[in-house]
Amino acid sequence: MRISRRILAGLATASLAVTATSCGGGGTSGSFDDTVTVGILHSLSGTMAISESTLVDTEKMAIEEINAAGGVKVGGKSYKIEYIVEDGASDWPTFAEKSKKLIDQDGVPVVFGGWTSASRKAMLPVYESKDAFLYYPIQYEAQECSNNIFYTGATPNQQSEPATDFMYKRSPAAGGDFFLVGSDYVFPRTSNTITKAQVKQLGGNVVGEDYLPLGNTEVAPIISKIKKALPEGGIIINTLNGDQNVAFFKQIQDAGITPSSGYYVMNYSIAEEEISTIGPEFLEGHYGAWNYMMSIDTPASKKFAKSFKKRWGADRVVADPQESAYNMVYLWKQAVEDAGTFDDNAVRKALVGQKFDAPQGPVEVMPNHHLSQTVRIGEINAEGGFTILEETGVVLPQAWNQKHPSSKGFACDWTDPSKGEKYKL
Amino acid sequence: MELLLDSLFNGVAIGSVLLVAALGLAIVFGLMGVINLAHGELMMLGAYTTYVTQLIFKLPILKPFYNSYIIVSIFLAFIVSGVVGILLEKTIIRKLYGSPLETLLATWGVSLILQQFVRSVPLAYGTGLVISLLIALFLPTIFPLKIKESINFKYYKFSTWIFAALTGVLTGSLISSSVSKLSRASARNVDVTAPSWMRGQVEIIGTTFPKTRLMIIVITLISVIAITLFLNQSAWGMRIRAVTQNRQMSDCLGISTEKVDIITFGIGSGLAGVAGVAVSLLGSVGPNVGGNYIVGCFMVVVLGGVGNLLGTVFASFGIGIMTDLIGAGRLLSIWPDMPLPLSNTINFFATTSMARVMIFALIVIFLQFKPTGLFPQKGRMVEN
Repeated sequence: MRISRRILAGLATASLAVTATSCGGGGTSGSFDDTVTVGILHSLSGTMAISESTLVDTEKMAIEEINAAGGVKVGGKSYKIEYIVEDGASDWPTFAEKSKKLIDQDGVPVVFGGWTSASRKAMLPVYESKDAFLYYPIQYEAQECSNNIFYTGATPNQQSEPATDFMYKRSPAAGGDFFLVGSDYVFPRTSNTITKAQVKQLGGNVVGEDYLPLGNTEVAPIISKIKKALPEGGIIINTLNGDQNVAFFKQIQDAGITPSSGYYVMNYSIAEEEISTIGPEFLEGHYGAWNYMMSIDTPASKKFAKSFKKRWGADRVVADPQESAYNMVYLWKQAVEDAGTFDDNAVRKALVGQKFDAPQGPVEVMPNHHLSQTVRIGEINAEGGFTILEETGVVLPQAWNQKHPSSKGFACDWTDPSKGEKYKL
Repeated sequence: MELLLDSLFNGVAIGSVLLVAALGLAIVFGLMGVINLAHGELMMLGAYTTYVTQLIFKLPILKPFYNSYIIVSIFLAFIVSGVVGILLEKTIIRKLYGSPLETLLATWGVSLILQQFVRSVPLAYGTGLVISLLIALFLPTIFPLKIKESINFKYYKFSTWIFAALTGVLTGSLISSSVSKLSRASARNVDVTAPSWMRGQVEIIGTTFPKTRLMIIVITLISVIAITLFLNQSAWGMRIRAVTQNRQMSDCLGISTEKVDIITFGIGSGLAGVAGVAVSLLGSVGPNVGGNYIVGCFMVVVLGGVGNLLGTVFASFGIGIMTDLIGAGRLLSIWPDMPLPLSNTINFFATTSMARVMIFALIVIFLQFKPTGLFPQKGRMVEN
């Protein structure tokens, strides 16, 4: 009994030490009048940690950059940004719990957080009931528009719609039939519903779709379905998640489903980070669609990649989710400075209409709390990056998708009290 | 004909992955009655062994033999997982025989520890640790009897531990300095690339088969044959079967049940390692790779009948063929003009997720009628 109590005490001390170290601040130099503490909430343990920790790194970097440039200036005073990092542990209820902690206990004016749609859906009621503000940086399925969330990732019309259009009209497999593959959860299913509606409008055919349960890597039945549905090659739209892509691409290559035999895969969840994990030899010749790609040849993009490598190591890469995370910190800072206060409601008003020269090009916050963005289609090359083939102009975000049967004809506008979350166009 | 062949091959391909994964569990759970939830993590160690072997074979000295690394890694994976399994048996499971609930919880804890271990320890030092464990466990057993009986044996034993620790640290740092990819801990999934002779496909009777799948089928076949021969033909196999049937009686007749337990558990764990090699050819290698298979493994063993290897073989191929028939919607192409309600139902289940639901349901129904599985164990053990 005594021993176990001692172990308990030891554990308690250890966990205290961990919490203490995780509550570190930003940079140290400079003279500031005051400090403001923001919340960062991503998974640092569990299955999502690999992806989400890159966002924490990017957000820290953005905060350090802002601090080095004099911090946030509100009402003639300069504030140094400090941050509290909380671990969502890849567990959706934990995200809600930690959000409550950050809002109630730490009193942070803003939380940057989330990756999976499931974590966002778990956090949403917390932010709405406490009237707090969450900044969410991931490309997602949309069909949601909360007054208490600011979405900096792409909506389907800023990623999958231009990509489907490209595949059907201008890719080497143009005019071919479509096969849709995804992991079995909300994003792939919603995204594919939209894709099916769009392919129908374009006059094409979706000849099959299948979903792999999360964690399952047995793709043999899917391969035989693809071969049966597309015997002469065609277009495959892939919304598989994480590691399932490795199994998928390894096995389809062995089964002869390759660009050289007429099968072209368009991917919505494979960025530079994933290419290096899967191996470019399996992905070369397939496509991806994103707002930001590391190969964008502009000074802003190069600077972003360079400072990230300088801060976190030369072998690191930057990808679209990180760019979104980077943008949202800067947009928050601009909105606070314009509002002249950290108060949520004033910041929310000031946020709409904010413009920022992002690494992907200019972005602007729209009344539906999403960003206007540029869409790029890239071919994956042997070096593990994208060769950019096409670039759209600025595309406005649709929180309610205009091709999805359940949301056609609806939009969202938080600047007009009579319109709000969902109004008929 | 082609359709049938295709379906059969796919079913066997899916089934062989299940079989190779479940084979070790069929021994550990089937013969010994140990519910080993860390079985998946022993597979994961096998998969990581393949990865480490692959990187070591990329070193200039071993580069000429690169194409054969996968064969070498099968044996290494067997040894690595076997050693970790033996250690697990010696330290934890031995103390919990006869209390299945505690075993279940303890092995689940071990599985979490192993997952976190590969996340936070550089693989080079992990390899070093396994090597030192191997030496420490086996070096004392090869001492001549004379030394073992002497009073100074404990000093010899102590010095083997020191020797083992030193070798482990040395190989760890050697690997870490020569292969930079292994010198840092990372939670990121890694990738095993099959050697060039195993990529692509072969043509048999007009249909094409991926070579990696054929390789997995071959690995499975060899494992099944080897383990059947071992259990039925060798002296130790006979002892294992004797202990399975009646532990007390075997003990009375002079069989060292303790040794039998170690060997059985070691072989079961080693086979999990071999399964890890097979699995690494299909997908990526990560801390969670084994956890994805554990449910399937138990399902196969229970369906086949606990304590019967033949049952495990039939169960896994049965599930494999059913998965392909339902999941790929093949019934529709065999019988194209079936009545509409029936074809709609089949279409509904013709996705990977729904096929799984259907197979689970079928197994549950089957077990209602035959609760002991396809080939139930007969004999004394069943009676008590």
